[in-house]
Amino acid sequence: MLFTVLSGLITSSLIVPFGRFLKTKWGFILAFLPVFLFLYYLKFVIPIGQGSYFIQSTAWVPSLGINLDLKLDGLSLLFTLLITGIGACIFFYAQAYLKGHQYIDRFFGYLCLFMSAMLGLVLSDNMLLLFIFWELTSISSFFLIGFNNDSADSRKSAMTALSITGFGGFFLLAGFVLMGNIAGTYQITELLGKATVIQQHPLFPLLFGLVALGAITKSAQFPFHFWLPGAMKAPTPVSAYLHSATMVKAGIYLLARFSPILGGNPVWAYTLMAIGGITMLYAAFHSLFRTDLKGVLAYSTISALGILVFLLGLGSKEAVIAASVFILVHALYKAAMFLITGIIDHETGTRDLTVLRGLRKVLLPVAIAGFLAALSSAGVPLTLGFIGKDLIYEATLHADHNLFLYLTIAAVATNILLVSAGFMAGIKPFMGKLPEQFEQLHLPYKSMWVPPLLLSILGVIAGCIPGFIGDWIAGPAAKSILAQQEVFQLKIWHGFNLVLLLSAITIITGTLVFIANKPSNKKLTWIARFNTIAPENIFKMCIRELMLFSAFFTSKMHNGYLRSYLLKMILFAELLIGYQLYLGGPLHIKWENLSPVSFYEVTTVCILVGAILLTIRTSSRLTAVVATSVVGYAICLIFVFYSAPDLAMTQFTIDTLTVVLFVLVLFKLPSFLNLANKRTLIRDAVVALIFGVMLSMVALRVLHEPTTTNISDFYGDYAYVLAKGKNVVNVLLVDFRGFDTMFEIVVLSIAALGVYSLLKLRLKSSDKE
Amino acid sequence: MNSTILQTATRYLLPILLLFSVFLLLRGHYYPGGGFVGGLVASIAFVLHSFAFGTQNTMKLIQYKPLSLIPIGLGIAAISMFLPTFFGYPVMTGLWLQEKIPVIGMIGTALFFDLGVYFVVIGVVLTILFTIALNTEEE
Repeated sequence: MLFTVLSGLITSSLIVPFGRFLKTKWGFILAFLPVFLFLYYLKFVIPIGQGSYFIQSTAWVPSLGINLDLKLDGLSLLFTLLITGIGACIFFYAQAYLKGHQYIDRFFGYLCLFMSAMLGLVLSDNMLLLFIFWELTSISSFFLIGFNNDSADSRKSAMTALSITGFGGFFLLAGFVLMGNIAGTYQITELLGKATVIQQHPLFPLLFGLVALGAITKSAQFPFHFWLPGAMKAPTPVSAYLHSATMVKAGIYLLARFSPILGGNPVWAYTLMAIGGITMLYAAFHSLFRTDLKGVLAYSTISALGILVFLLGLGSKEAVIAASVFILVHALYKAAMFLITGIIDHETGTRDLTVLRGLRKVLLPVAIAGFLAALSSAGVPLTLGFIGKDLIYEATLHADHNLFLYLTIAAVATNILLVSAGFMAGIKPFMGKLPEQFEQLHLPYKSMWVPPLLLSILGVIAGCIPGFIGDWIAGPAAKSILAQQEVFQLKIWHGFNLVLLLSAITIITGTLVFIANKPSNKKLTWIARFNTIAPENIFKMCIRELMLFSAFFTSKMHNGYLRSYLLKMILFAELLIGYQLYLGGPLHIKWENLSPVSFYEVTTVCILVGAILLTIRTSSRLTAVVATSVVGYAICLIFVFYSAPDLAMTQFTIDTLTVVLFVLVLFKLPSFLNLANKRTLIRDAVVALIFGVMLSMVALRVLHEPTTTNISDFYGDYAYVLAKGKNVVNVLLVDFRGFDTMFEIVVLSIAALGVYSLLKLRLKSSDKE
Repeated sequence: MNSTILQTATRYLLPILLLFSVFLLLRGHYYPGGGFVGGLVASIAFVLHSFAFGTQNTMKLIQYKPLSLIPIGLGIAAISMFLPTFFGYPVMTGLWLQEKIPVIGMIGTALFFDLGVYFVVIGVVLTILFTIALNTEEE
């Protein structure tokens, strides 16, 4: 299994050097990668349908508990088949859709990366591994949304999508770490047995909230749904693949995967039912007002995702079965609709529903595909959509006594609106009279219109053999969501009952809404008036405030003046040291412990103080430099008095070089200006004096501390025995702490390179002038 | 700057200072000294030369760009760091030759590590100072 994940990653990186072949007529070969993977996963259908599962484990970072643990069970299989199957359609389709595009190699690189990430996500049996793939899907989605990188809108949408999903991912990681700590394992299979431990932990609501936040941001649930309509700026194959069939379902997958661990309690049920319920109604309602085909599809996708979250929240056996079937139904018809939209856009150059009419006359196979997809989305009998919808109603009807009425009403209302949305996207562009401007249209390449036709026909075929789907595809998936082994049957005909009645009402009312609702720009502007309170605007406002704040903060903290940085650093250090000194209590100096003061020391200190005063008072830069070097040399002398010859030597040479350096740059500096006024001078003096006093106090306090000489004794004793050296300082530098030295010289080298390149760069730019 | 006294003195001081820097480097393991100080003294010797004869002439004297000393030094230090791994010891284990060598004394990986530090320090100091010096001279 691991190779399926790696194959995409490797292909993705190979496309960088060898991507040129994609621009030739042999480019379609790449599309056989997902086809091959699809066939590979197809052969797992039978063993998994019989109740077994497959595990593959490869050690990766065992010390952190991160292993490449992959597990293929019913739920994973459903997703892998969707990812590779729809992926194959998309690869063929995109090849024709983007023919001649300058960056087609880049596009397929991102697409391969995404496919691998998504496969890894649904196969991971380790939470941290899952998280890594989770983030990878966000990143590849970012690149694909921003693929048309010369459009500002596209870039902005990509940023919004990345920040929303990245924000969710951050919380998800926190949730995972919390869960891992409570359960003591990151292995999802092991977590299944610890469900009660996790749910009874006092932090469970927080943990669940964090994980749910990750899922609902990824799956575009209210109030984070707005990134998905923006993501429609991506090329249409991407919208079909990432933003309707697979990536947005990653959140659903996450909830499904963790429902045996976190589910089955009121917190889970009410939160998810509320979020899913609001999302499905809100988005379905919004889809009525869109005039852009992709806009209609985006909102109906959000609504469908809402239904899935709602069903997982409901959590009953019927609901979970309904969810697994609906994942498949939705992926099939929605991907087909997106691909159809792509063809229409590609051929006519517009996606405006107020303009598009009568295209069946020129794009007949596409029209058939659209018609079938629309029927499946409406849930007309003999399509898979019918089964999906029946199961949804069954699930809501069998819910809690107090709730079932409201839940059913919500589900029916959503589905009515979705029927209308499906007809609008799948049927409306093909109905009516063909406008003159479209008469010259002709069918696109086969590789463009065959995939949507195939997908929508599959939706119908699957609807005719629900037993097969139930036993081998949706059934095993539901079993892994429920973590139990129960058998159930899907049937086309349930007899005349309430569910059938609801289905009929849905289709009839939905068709009426479709006929009554004429998309127009007037309605779009009407709904746009509510935008000020829409979550998207609130998000934008937050971003704006954040930008303002960071600009303010940067200009205050990072203003480019060395003196201001020094002041802030010293003030901060004073605060910390002062607090610590305050905690330490009063300071007692034991005079008798201090060593006697010698004549040399007094003289040196006098020179030192004199040099400092001179440095401060002088108005000549050269004098100041010389005076500071006197300070340095005086300190060297003090080192010599206290028998630190190595230190003194180094300090002495460094001081010499510093003076040389100063003299070299002295020409370049502006004449000695005294910018400081009296007040800043006093302020600086106070800060400096306080710092000096504090450091002296620290030095005095050190005398109080009981001196442990363990470490110095160790070095003293072993310097010769272990390192054959008598100079302990040097032995420390080159042997005991050799790693430090190694990194120090690396840092020095980097500094030298920095100076060198900065100055050379400057020289070059002055050459240009 | 064309001071005959400085130039004449430098002619004698340069080799003596360089010799002194090597002396500091070699004795570092037993007495005060070491690669860092040695490197600084050697760079001061070259800086003195550049003061007396001009940076361009010093660059000619060295022949190579001081920048190239940095990778050489880092390489020597890294090799001496990883050498023990070839003999099955952990990284940075001190390896020493059994016999003393006249003048130099004991030879071991630590000495080569110090030599690496020595070269890096010379390279870094001279790169920074000479780049700035040439920069100011040109304007």
